[in-house]
Amino acid sequence: MLLIRCPYCEEERPELEFRNAGEAHVVRSSDMASISDEDFEKFFFIRNNPKGVIFERWRHVHGCARFFNAARDTVTDKFIVTYKAGMPKPDLDKITDAPSAVAATEPPAKKKPARRAPAKKKDA
Amino acid sequence: MAKSSEALRNPAQAGREFSAAAVKLAVLPPAHRLSLRAPESSVSALSKALGLALPNRPKTSAAKGSRMALWLGPDEWLVIDDGAKDPLEACSKVPALHSAVGISHRNVAFSVVGIDAANAINAGCPQDLSLDAFPVGACSRTILGKVEIVLLRTAEDQFRVECWRSFSDYVFTFLTEAARDAAA
Repeated sequence: MLLIRCPYCEEERPELEFRNAGEAHVVRSSDMASISDEDFEKFFFIRNNPKGVIFERWRHVHGCARFFNAARDTVTDKFIVTYKAGMPKPDLDKITDAPSAVAATEPPAKKKPARRAPAKKKDA
Repeated sequence: MAKSSEALRNPAQAGREFSAAAVKLAVLPPAHRLSLRAPESSVSALSKALGLALPNRPKTSAAKGSRMALWLGPDEWLVIDDGAKDPLEACSKVPALHSAVGISHRNVAFSVVGIDAANAINAGCPQDLSLDAFPVGACSRTILGKVEIVLLRTAEDQFRVECWRSFSDYVFTFLTEAARDAAA
């Protein structure tokens, strides 16, 4: 069983207490009525599905019930870091305890710049 | 004419108990319960009204007299009082922003007592219940089997399990099987 660190409970808890809540750092436009259909589609439907590190929202639903964000490696299922909702995206290069997990994901990210680009625009 | 208003009502699971070699299960008597949510700025006023300091650290609880306050989340507590005074009344006089919802009838509580109590609960609860990780007074919302419970360690070999009323039959039956297994 995976252990996931909840930033609000400040300890690692079993995965059964958690629920995935989709991609993190998807920013809703402050002027929803005026954005184009293409931009709305990107905001509403288009999600990253990388082989490697993904930023996700998770909810400690059977614990403190709070949403938080996590960087997870989709290949190894390793949680690189978890942080409170509303905090900026952490710089994964500075997180030293998982250099291999981060490095392993870089080649596929470079191969598909077109797919990564819209996600970067949306980053909070 | 039928006197339906005089129908006899029993609390859920009333009187059920079970004892295995090293674990005893029992249904705890009805209690006042309160789901309390409040921002940090209201905590001191609510603590004063309730007569006990609301805990602000994860997995901790506070108790005074018959009243207990269990930390569930950063702005969420479960207040239990098995005495005569309803904590809802105490909160109603607090002008500070908060949400206090009476959930006395939503929950049913069980006691799990005995040297194998932690083992019996661990049959369905994935948390570390060793005394280092879950000391006396520690509490947490977690899961047991397929339902959500609130777990409170009241003594080294004693737990209070709070679950929703409609899940209470499942929880008691699950704990019965787990207690039997823990003894074997």
